[in-house]
Order: sequence, then C-alpha cells, then structure tokens
Amino acid sequence: MDSAALEPSLYTVKAVFILDNDGNRLLSKYYDPELYPSMKEQKNFETNVFNKTHKADNEIAFLEGMTIVYKSSIDLFFYVVGSAQENELMLMAVLNCLFESLSQMLRKNVEKRTLLDNMDGVFLVVDEIIDGGVILESDPQQVIEKVNYRADDNPLSEQSVVQVLQSAKEQIKWSILK
Amino acid sequence: MIDRSILMCLGSGSNPFQHLEKSAVLQEARIFNETPINPRRCLHILTKIIYLLNQGEHFGTTEATEAFFAMTRLFQSNDQTLRRMCYLTIKEMANISEDVIIVTSSLTKDMTGKEDVYRGPAIRALCRITDTTMLQAIERYMKQAIVDKVPSVSSSALVSSLHMVKMSFDVVKRWVNEAQEAASSDNIMVQYHALGLLYHLRKSDRLAVTKMLNKFTKSGLKSPFAYCMMIRIASKLLEETEGGHDSPLFDFIESCLRNKHEMVVYEAASAIVHMPKCTARELAPAVSVLQLFCSSPKAALRYAAVRTLNKVAMKHPSAVTACNLDLENLITDSNRSIATLAITTLLKTGSESSVDRLMKQISSFVSEISDEFKVVVVQAISALCQKYPRKHSVMMNFLSNMLRDDVSSSKDGGFEYKRAIVDCIISIIEENPESKETGLAHLCEFIEDCEHTVLATKILHMLGKEGPRTPTPSKYIRFIFNRVVLESEAVRAAAVSALAKFGAQNDDLLPSVLVLMQRCMMDSDDEVRDRATFYMNVLQQKQKALNAAYIFNGLSVSVPGLEKSLHQYTLEPSEKPFDMKTVPLATAPITEQKTEIAPMATSKLPEKLAPSRQDIYQEQLAAIPEFQGLGPLFKSSEPVQLTEAETEYVVRCIKHTFANHMIFQFDCTNTLNDQLLQRVLVQMEPSESYEVLHYVPAPSLPYSQPSSCYSLVRLPEDDPTAVSCTFSCTMKYLVRDCDPNTGEPDDDGYNDEYVLEDLEVTVADHIQKVLKPNFGAAWEEIGDEFEKEETFALATVRTLDEAVNNIISFLGMQPCERSDKVPENKNSHVLFLAGVFRGGHDVLVRARLALADGVTMQVTVRSTDENVVDVILASVG
Repeated sequence: MDSAALEPSLYTVKAVFILDNDGNRLLSKYYDPELYPSMKEQKNFETNVFNKTHKADNEIAFLEGMTIVYKSSIDLFFYVVGSAQENELMLMAVLNCLFESLSQMLRKNVEKRTLLDNMDGVFLVVDEIIDGGVILESDPQQVIEKVNYRADDNPLSEQSVVQVLQSAKEQIKWSILK
Repeated sequence: MIDRSILMCLGSGSNPFQHLEKSAVLQEARIFNETPINPRRCLHILTKIIYLLNQGEHFGTTEATEAFFAMTRLFQSNDQTLRRMCYLTIKEMANISEDVIIVTSSLTKDMTGKEDVYRGPAIRALCRITDTTMLQAIERYMKQAIVDKVPSVSSSALVSSLHMVKMSFDVVKRWVNEAQEAASSDNIMVQYHALGLLYHLRKSDRLAVTKMLNKFTKSGLKSPFAYCMMIRIASKLLEETEGGHDSPLFDFIESCLRNKHEMVVYEAASAIVHMPKCTARELAPAVSVLQLFCSSPKAALRYAAVRTLNKVAMKHPSAVTACNLDLENLITDSNRSIATLAITTLLKTGSESSVDRLMKQISSFVSEISDEFKVVVVQAISALCQKYPRKHSVMMNFLSNMLRDDVSSSKDGGFEYKRAIVDCIISIIEENPESKETGLAHLCEFIEDCEHTVLATKILHMLGKEGPRTPTPSKYIRFIFNRVVLESEAVRAAAVSALAKFGAQNDDLLPSVLVLMQRCMMDSDDEVRDRATFYMNVLQQKQKALNAAYIFNGLSVSVPGLEKSLHQYTLEPSEKPFDMKTVPLATAPITEQKTEIAPMATSKLPEKLAPSRQDIYQEQLAAIPEFQGLGPLFKSSEPVQLTEAETEYVVRCIKHTFANHMIFQFDCTNTLNDQLLQRVLVQMEPSESYEVLHYVPAPSLPYSQPSSCYSLVRLPEDDPTAVSCTFSCTMKYLVRDCDPNTGEPDDDGYNDEYVLEDLEVTVADHIQKVLKPNFGAAWEEIGDEFEKEETFALATVRTLDEAVNNIISFLGMQPCERSDKVPENKNSHVLFLAGVFRGGHDVLVRARLALADGVTMQVTVRSTDENVVDVILASVG
C-alpha cells in the first residue's frame, strides 16, 4: 500500500479532531466516509491515537496506516489525520493554521474552558479551514477575517471574575501536573 | 502532592456541555419560534445541537426535522455568527432531517447577496443539500461565483463544484471555462482549488492534462499547494506514458527541488524517489535535499525526510550512504518514529560492523514504538539476515526478546507484528543451518504462550519439518505434546501431525510417539482423532516408503483440482477406482523471498485466496469444444515472446502440456489503430514428428484488444524420448483497414501473413515442479529400480551458482531442501530436484557438482518409469 503513488486530488485531510487531556472528544470531523464509518470505530481510533501520543509531544505519528500530526496546548490536543502517502508538511500546514486561528480567536488562551465557552467560533474556524477534506484556507489571518467571530469580551462583571479565577486555577493546576 | 478533592472540584464543571440531554436541548430549541429572536440564546442552543451531533448523539428523523424547521426561522435575524451557525446546522443535518431543500431560496439569496461574509459559506451549505436536478437551477449562480473577485466566494464555489463532480459530472463539466479563468487568479487558494477542479474534470483526457501542465509550468504558480498538486499530476503522467527522464515533466519536477517552500521541495523529492526505474544519478539531487531536511528543527519534516530515505535505501542503498552521518544523529531523536526509521535505514546502508551497535540502540526503546514501526524494524532485520548471515545470533536474540516482551505487555493485538517476527525467525532458520537449534528453541518458548492459532500451527509445522533432523529431537516432543493438552482444535491437530513426523524419522522415539498418539486418539475433536488414528496406523507399519509418502511429503495435487475431479467422479459412477494421476498437480509455490517489503506494509485487506494461474487456464481451455477429452491440464509454461517489443503485432505464446497433447495459446495484440484483423491463426511447422491436429483461430483482433488463438499438437507416441522440438511459426490473418478514430472497418479486406520467431519445446515443458519437503525420504520411497547415473563436464560454466541455476531452468524441476542456494566458498555442492513427468511419473534428480576448471556434474536420476530416466539423461547430455 505504501509504494502506490498518490492519486492527484485535493482531498488531503482524512480527519481532524480536538481532544481534552482525558482523551475525550471535544470536536471531531471525519471527511472520508470509508474511514471509520461508525461512531464506535471513530472513538476507538481517537482513544488509540490519544494513548500513543499524549505522553510525548512529538508532533507526528504513524498509526493504523494513517499519518497523524498533532500539537498540544495546556489541556487540549489537536490532531490532523491524512493517508500514509500524504505530504506530511501539508498536514502540518493545516494543523498550524487551525492552532494559530484558535489561538488568535481565543486571545492566546488555548485551553479547554475557553475553547468550550467559544465552541461556536471553534466550529466555524474548522469549517473555514477544511471543507469536506479539502484545504479551504491555510492562512490563520484569513480564517479569522472570514469567521469574524468575537470571543466574549468579558467585561469585568462579578461572574467573569469567577471565570478568570477559574481559568487561572486550571492553568496553575496543569502547569503543576505537567 | 495535590489534594485530590481540589482536583476533582476543579475538573468537573469545566465542560459546560458535559451533561447535555438531547431532549432538554430540543425542548430549548422552541425559543427559535419566539419573536423577537434572541440571537445570543439561539446561538448557544445551536452550538449545543451541533456539539451533540458531533459527540455521536443519534437524532431521530422526526425530531431532527422539527429542530431543522424551527432553525429556518433564525434566517430572519441578522446576527452574523448566528447565520453562520445556521449554515453549519444545515450541513450537519442534511442527511438526518427531511425536506432540507426548504432553505434553498434563503441560501440562494445569501449566496448572491451583498454580504461577502455570507456568500462563501452559503454556497457551501447550498451545494451540500443540492441534487443533480436542482443543480441546473443554480448553475448560473455557480458559474458567476466561480469567477467572483472575492477569493472566499470563488474558492467556496470551486470546492463545492469538486464535491459535486462525483454526483453530477455532466453539469459541472460545463463550468470548465470558468474554472480555467479562476486558475489564473492571484489568490493562492483560489488557484489551488481551480487547478484541482480542472484536473478532476479532465483527468480522463491525457492530452488536455498535458496541455494544462504545460501552461502552468510555464507561467508558474503562486500557491505551494498548487505546486504539490502539479507535481503529483506530472509524476502520474510520467508513469502512464512511461516517459523517460529527459521528458519536460521530469525537468519540471526536478526544478521544484529548488522551490522556496519546503512543502514543494519535499513533494518533488518524494515524487522522484517513488518513480520506477530511477537511476542513482537522478536520485542524487532528491536525496541531498532530504539530507538537509534531516537536520530540520521541525519533527514532521525530519520524519518525512527519513521515511522517504528509508524507501530509497530499499532499492538504492548506496545512494543513501552519503546521509549516514545525518541519520546517525537521528537515532537518538526524541520522536521514536524518527529514530526507528533512521536506524532501519542505517541497517540497510551501513556496514556489518555497525549492526551490533544499532541493534543495541534500538532495543533500548523498542517497547515504546507503535506496532506499525515494530513491523518495520523486523522487516529491516529480516533483510539484514540475508545480507550478513553471520550476524544471526544477534538478530535471533533480539527477535526473541521482542517476542517475549510483547507477550507480557499486551495479550491482545500485535498479531501483524508477531507474525512478522515468526516469519523472520523461520526464514533465518531456513537460510542458516547453524541457527536452527536456537531458533527452534525460541519458537518453542513462544508457542508456550501464544494466543494466535495461525502462528501456533505455523510453528508446529516448522517444528515437525526441522525438529526430527536436529541432534536431539526428543527435547521438542514435550513442547509439542503440551499443545495437544492445552490448545484449541486446530493447534492440537497440527501438533499431532508434527508428532508423527518425529516418530517417522527417529526410530528410538517411535515407541514414545506411539504412546502419545494413543492418547490423541481419545481427543474430543474429530480432526485430531482422525489424524492420530491415521498416523498411528501408518507408523505401526514401520515402512520407510509409507512414511515418506504419507507423513513427510503430503499431497502434490492442486486442491481445487482435486475437489473438481472428485466431484466429477461422483457424478459419473464407474467401476474404476478414482485415479489420483488424473488430478492436475499443484503448481509449486513461488518461494522467492520478498525482501523489498515496503515499510509499514500493513495492508488491512485480507489476502484473497486466488485460484492459481493454472486453474484459470484449465477453465479457459475446457470451454473450447475442440479441446475436449485431452484429460487434465498438466502444465502451463510462462509466456514466451514471439515478437520484438515494438512491432505492429505483439504475440506471446503459452505452452499447455497434457498427457499426450500440447496446446499452444498465442496471445496476440494488434497495435495498429487503422487495422482490424480477422480470422487470426498461427501456423506451425514442427521439426520433429509432432503432428499439428487443429487450429482454433481468433475471430477478430481489433486495435489494442488482446485476443487468443490456439493450436493443438499431438506428441509423438511411438518415440517417448522425443521431448524437444522446434516450431517455425507464421501468423496468418485477414486485414481490414479501418478509420483510426471511429474504428469503422472497410467492407473488404485482404489476406496477409507475419513471420514470428521460432518456438521451442524443451524437456522442461514436460515436467511439473513438485516440492518434496523431505527429499531423502522421497528418494528412498522411489527406490533404485530405474536409477541411472552419468557424469558430465560443463566446460562453459565458471561458478557453482551458475551451474545450479542452469540446471534448474533447463530441467524445470523444483529444487528441494534449499539446495538451490550454494553456500559461499565451497568447491562442491549437491542439488536435489523433484518433479513429475507428463503422465504422472515422479522423477527425482540428484546432481553432485564439483568445481575445478569448469564444473563437473554427476547426475543420478530416479523415477517410477524407465523412459523418463532416459529422457532426462538424454536431454542433459
């Protein structure tokens, strides 16, 4: 399977997913209907990938015949999956764009709580980067402009103070745990 | 230590979506119907719905449809994010809700409206719910959108068109001019998408693709993605046209090695490496850019580079030697995938002295790497063992450690990789007699705790084959008998067969084996009992010939063939007993070791049990009425070319041998597109007393569609030793000129002929290869009734290897006991060959070779028929 040349095609990305630090799915999209068609297979794959990758920040792995590039941030793991023959750097371009866009949108607070608070924006960002497996945009600046999403401004109300504290606590917690 | 309870309270509640209830969310969705619309709350609920769908929550059609229709009201709001989330919901629900086309008009309005932020996403949502009939209605808008000056609109339209190519190729094909225009866009993504769409629309038309490539290679591209795409198209085209490396396409790919984007450079290097028939000189520039990448700070790039170098090393190890230093630096890489690939590459390119060090390095982290890479490591070791046989003890230890560690770490899974290890150990044992005992000991240990039936039976078979011939066979008995006690039916049956082989080979073990057999006859499984009873009775006869025929060397007929013959026999009851000789023989398995296994070749497809080539021929020939009553097909030869490669007509011949006849199958191909050939046959003039009985012409031979014609020949009956013959062949046919474009032929034609090269029938065509796993036993079984011996001097042959290969290919017999491999630095060698002569007579050849100035050969032939012995000796002389 490995030596067969790649059929020229725009369909580069097989799947993309974001997991938390327990390996739970926060967002995932599978673009190839033949790859893990059922939810159970998808979750199995995600668990397997998570188990093999969460300990060391290695950027790239090869599992179940798929090339997987990944990146972690505080309590989040971002994965982009492509076929074994795919150009690894193209997958990296997608991963970087995803990460940079989210980082900008979330004002550098790339951690679970902020991500979930702005989940609508996250869905839109992923939608602007990949459409049905085709790389739609690779420049984070463009993505942010297209999505035109404003993360909650958090005017200093009493509720947001609690939130700020909460997020600070979490960050401290994870820096201790690392 | 951090207090656990604090952690707990920090952990929970951090996910606002954690305990979402589908029914509650759908309940909340009712506020979509409230006026005025509260965008913030609605947005939150839509997010929840999408989140639930994403988690795999199942929505029933009714509830989904209800929510979908409620959502359509939200188009009244002008909140940007809310509208965007509506598009997403439409896409997510397109397959689960009914009547999604209700939003068509809203989406069409957004797609053509003034708000640029809406237009792109609206197009993508619209195309998601559109089918072929509706596509025509929006065709006008799509065409406009493709050439829109706003990049996001154009990209969206192009990508959506690409998705729809599968569904409505004919409609999308009409947008090719618009796509062409978009391809010259300044925006890099638009250019990439346009190029992709253009290629998909034109890929069946090679000329159009070539034109497209030429245009863009000249004008240059902005997008690195587009370059990667172009490189792939170019290398595919090169492969299809088998273009030489002087082609402009190759120049283009090579020029991409100097692109400023790493992505493009890597794509080009990888394309060059993957080209078939690439020479070392052409590889050099690609290898040197990969070498540079090896020291990149980016792990992905290092990985990509070393993975590609690993591939180069399989075919051209010398081309990679220059990178050895860079690879050495990678063997301590924190990314174990990179380290593994670097080490396996070095194992292929490095010298024998570095092996120990590399093996030590890799064993320090082998438990950390994924199964896919463990297979890569094992394959590299397997290749290494063939290269440096002296290193087998290091390898063997390493492999057995891998097996042992894995057994303790994970009970389930790992099958692929354990199989790779077992295969590797078995091949070492077969290659290298010195390693036999240690290897068998490791395997014995492995089956003590092996949960894979396939592997256990394979190892038991191996033990049965090799164990009895070791100095102390008795020590294996315990391992084998443990299997009889502990394992599943299939393994127990295999263990019984293995035991029988020990009893048959070693007289002193026979009594104990018989006792064990007796116990196996009480087994709860039919197959195990049957085998035990059968072997018990054979062994009690204490006859060497019986042992050889029924225990060491099993059936040599093809199993599908046997099945078919037996079925036929039961259909036509007859007085005669069933004759095994009428069953076609199994074509000997091709034992070429595939050393060039691609790394990560973990294809998930189950291996299909294809019918053998001979079974297919048998079917094809049986379908021709003229060839009835010839008996079973005995042997089919490899195709022989009767024309040069680049001629008007290409003809190759396959020789099918039957008991008293031969059929020559001529596969003809007409390479002239302005001719239609009819009534094609090949006329044959034999040099000996062969008699051509019948010709079966090919009725018609249109341009580039191969077709076959046949000739039936009777072998001389009065002179059984006349096995070789030369036929001069002429192809005769009726030519009808035709229009190259339409293929419409003229009304009348003319007869013509074409002289082919001569066709030789040799002794090899009369002998089928049969593998005798235990040659010595078979030799005794046949006996020396018709033994003949003669000595020959092969003056022209310089080495033993050459002599062995000549003899094998001349006689067309199967080398046994791996005697086709001549050990290094030896002056004498014994070659064992086994086969079956036409008519079903076993024939065995033992050739003792001695190397002096030339090679002297003493040939001893044994067979069940005297004529056969004469034929073989006569043909050798």
